[in-house]
Amino acid sequence: MPEKDSEAISVPPDGRPAKDQPVWRKDFPIDWSEDEYRSRREFIAFLMLTSAAFVAGQFWILLVQAWRKAGSQPSVKEIASVDELPVGQSKLFEYPNPGNHCILVRLTETNFVAYGQKCTHLSCPVLPRPDLGRMHCPCHEGWFDIRNGEPVAGPPRRPLPRVGLDVRDGKVFANGYVEGVI
Amino acid sequence: MIQLDYIDRASSTQTVPVVCMHCDSPTCAEVCPAHAIKRTDDGVVQSARKPRCIACNNCVLACPFGIPKMNTRMELMMKCDQCYDRTSIGKLPMCASVCPSQALFFGTEEEIARLRPNSTPINAFQFGAQTITTRTRMLVPKNNVPEQLDVLSAMYQPTIGHDIEEDLLLEGMNAEDSYA
Repeated sequence: MPEKDSEAISVPPDGRPAKDQPVWRKDFPIDWSEDEYRSRREFIAFLMLTSAAFVAGQFWILLVQAWRKAGSQPSVKEIASVDELPVGQSKLFEYPNPGNHCILVRLTETNFVAYGQKCTHLSCPVLPRPDLGRMHCPCHEGWFDIRNGEPVAGPPRRPLPRVGLDVRDGKVFANGYVEGVI
Repeated sequence: MIQLDYIDRASSTQTVPVVCMHCDSPTCAEVCPAHAIKRTDDGVVQSARKPRCIACNNCVLACPFGIPKMNTRMELMMKCDQCYDRTSIGKLPMCASVCPSQALFFGTEEEIARLRPNSTPINAFQFGAQTITTRTRMLVPKNNVPEQLDVLSAMYQPTIGHDIEEDLLLEGMNAEDSYA
């Protein structure tokens, strides 16, 4: 195959320079070398680079997961006082970092639960329905068990990430995850 | 893929061999909807690429020199490619190698200047408003070298043995003017 020649040998019929020509002339050149270059080498390079990017992406996901699992539990944080939350009510908080929205629900006098608020299906915020004993995601009608965060209906297949709780001296503290990563 | 055109077969044996002119701006390739006609780096316009050619005949109709021919059985346009299989290994194109009168010549400019001292090769052809420059050259007498060969002007000249009595082309052009 001839080497790719940067200088075109064929000229467009109107004789204007290459920069004044419509873009399609570059995509459909008359010169053999330009054509071969585009149709084969560029396509092969595209295939190689995209598949390499996919492979790298898979390894990156694995790496991030391993790094998260190996990471230590986040620090203990005070999120509410027992008095401000009547039974059946909920409170939003951010844990462990600002932006990680979580929700605290008081089920009974002594039973508190807290979950990451992102639905495990497509990350919509879930809403507590203690009257039904469920967490509800209104986007696609996803339902979770409010006692343990397990999915019970709708598209979600993974449980909600659960925040460990500690109730001391009339205060509620979050101390790490029980299950999953927020 | 060479054709032999007869100037006026009834009254003359004169013929014109027609080979591809290998235009710098190949009209056949310009009109190809499948981008099957390509020009190699040595300036040779190749036959249509078999995987791409859709046998639509556009090139056959568009070429000002009438070079491409449609091979309907193979559904492929084939044209003079200067015998690329031969010239790429240093042989002459078949037509030039067998021409007994050297009407067809394949070689360098120095060679043709030595062989034909009274002629000059030119490669510009005028079709109406369009000038076409080509890789293949035609020889014209050295004492009267035109800037380009006006191809259409030949249509107004009476051919050998015939006189043009009705100029259909000129009539058509006048009619177009009257519409304007």
